Amino acid sequence: MRRVLDTLAVAIAVVVVFPIYWMVLAAVKPAGEIQSLHQRPWTLAPSLDAFRRVLAVNDFGRYFLNSLLVALVVVAISGVLAFLAAVALTRFRFRLRTTVLVLFLVAQMVPVEALTIPLFFLVRDLGALNTLGSLMLVHTAFTLPFAIWMLRGFVAAVPDELDEAAQLDGASRFTVLWRILFPLVAPGLAATSVFSFIHAWNDFLFARTFIISATGNQTLPMALLVFFKPDQNDWGAIMAASTLMTLPVLVFFLLVRRRLVAGLGGAVKD
Amino acid sequence: MRSRFTALWLLLPAALVLAALFAYPMYQLGLISVLDFTQAQVSGGQPTRFVGLDNYTRLLGDGQFWSVLLATVGFAAACVIATLAVGAALAVLLTRVSRIPRLLLSLAAMAAWAVPAVSGSTVWMFLFDTDLGFVNQLLGLDGYNWFYGRYTAFALVGAAVVWAAFPFVMVTLYAGISAIPGSVVEAAALDGASTWRAFWQIIVPMLRPVLAIVVIQSIIWDFKIFTQIYVMTRGGGLAGQNLTLNVYAYQQAFASSEYGLGSAIGVVMMLILLAVTLLYLRTLRRSGEPL
Repeated sequence: MRRVLDTLAVAIAVVVVFPIYWMVLAAVKPAGEIQSLHQRPWTLAPSLDAFRRVLAVNDFGRYFLNSLLVALVVVAISGVLAFLAAVALTRFRFRLRTTVLVLFLVAQMVPVEALTIPLFFLVRDLGALNTLGSLMLVHTAFTLPFAIWMLRGFVAAVPDELDEAAQLDGASRFTVLWRILFPLVAPGLAATSVFSFIHAWNDFLFARTFIISATGNQTLPMALLVFFKPDQNDWGAIMAASTLMTLPVLVFFLLVRRRLVAGLGGAVKD
Repeated sequence: MRSRFTALWLLLPAALVLAALFAYPMYQLGLISVLDFTQAQVSGGQPTRFVGLDNYTRLLGDGQFWSVLLATVGFAAACVIATLAVGAALAVLLTRVSRIPRLLLSLAAMAAWAVPAVSGSTVWMFLFDTDLGFVNQLLGLDGYNWFYGRYTAFALVGAAVVWAAFPFVMVTLYAGISAIPGSVVEAAALDGASTWRAFWQIIVPMLRPVLAIVVIQSIIWDFKIFTQIYVMTRGGGLAGQNLTLNVYAYQQAFASSEYGLGSAIGVVMMLILLAVTLLYLRTLRRSGEPL
């Protein structure tokens, strides 16, 4: 029985991973094989032509850097703000504390997609259309509620006695916050960052809405759609671009896999 | 550290950002939905006019809105059920297999989870491409276009969604099952309960809080899917046959410049999800989680 189930699990793993394999495979297939009416699940002549096409001709490197910049700024700002808020919500007892918590929870449920219209006008009035700043701004806000909710568990896990002892020893509030709590919460912050990073990195809707005419400021998801042509899709280039977009997240995800699950458990159960 | 105002100072930056980019836009969304707000007003050619509930009555009298609403609910329901069924089945499977297969399956699931929605959409489109798609070639469906039919197109988008969404369910439920002490299940077995009965009468009830969270998160996610629909069906499918509320609102606003109408759809969506959220909060409270 165990052997049957083991085989089943491996078979399912293969099916689940197959689309990713197919994406990478198509990206390194020579052009002739991509156009073939008899696709083979392997290639004997791998080539980097598609990547060259994507990077050289279409300036994909630039969009990659744009995406990276937006995601990193979002991770940094949202991480710091969420850390401060999480400390306030776990280390202090004040009136309305539960109300604030519930508000953050509700904010997580808000379909931000529905806010596209008012945010478009807000960004337009700020004169920020077509800038990467507009994307950093909205994604910082969108990632905050979840980041706060998740970090709360990690801050709560640091024993109270620790910062009390530090204060007795004469440490200032600032020192307690940045020299004592921050390093201890850092692993949790790493897990939270993954979610913020992925959120900003994957965004398609707001990139499409805000970056209208400044093609130089596009991010990856929009740049990728350039390869879709009404008559003939350049699948090799599309798959190469998709691979480039997937790789950073995939590496990131597999690296922090365990911590991620622990953090999720904390966010869900705490 | 314990001063009363410190907490406020610490909360202030996050609160300001959320007020400006969550609360204010929500207020604006409601406001635009009761205005006559089209291209003329956007360019400043005409003043905005308060039209009361006109946008809403227009929506409710519009056959396409009802068809889109129905499609959204049906599509979300199908995605949720499929995601939960696959995720739960695989979570149980994970508890029954040896170490290496377990590792392989969870790595594969993690990888699918990590793939950005846009990349995932393009890969599924390529796999099911009319002529060059591996699936069509494998099944001998030469020249069959999955995106012509309304239901085949929805099914394909749904498959891409479930593929990306089941890992969350699987990982969370697996963590939940692993947390159940083995002694509980053993005791049931000693008392003569079959595996089947132990599963339904012991494991499932103990998992109820985790299950509730997973179900409601899935509902919320699947109800507002945008990227997969937009990319895979090129903005809503042939003649808008694959529109869901989210994409419909977007198209009304940014393609047809009907910002007032688009906002009204946004409000309807917000209200539906608010109802789901309240349900979520009630479940959390009932499961006795202290906030």
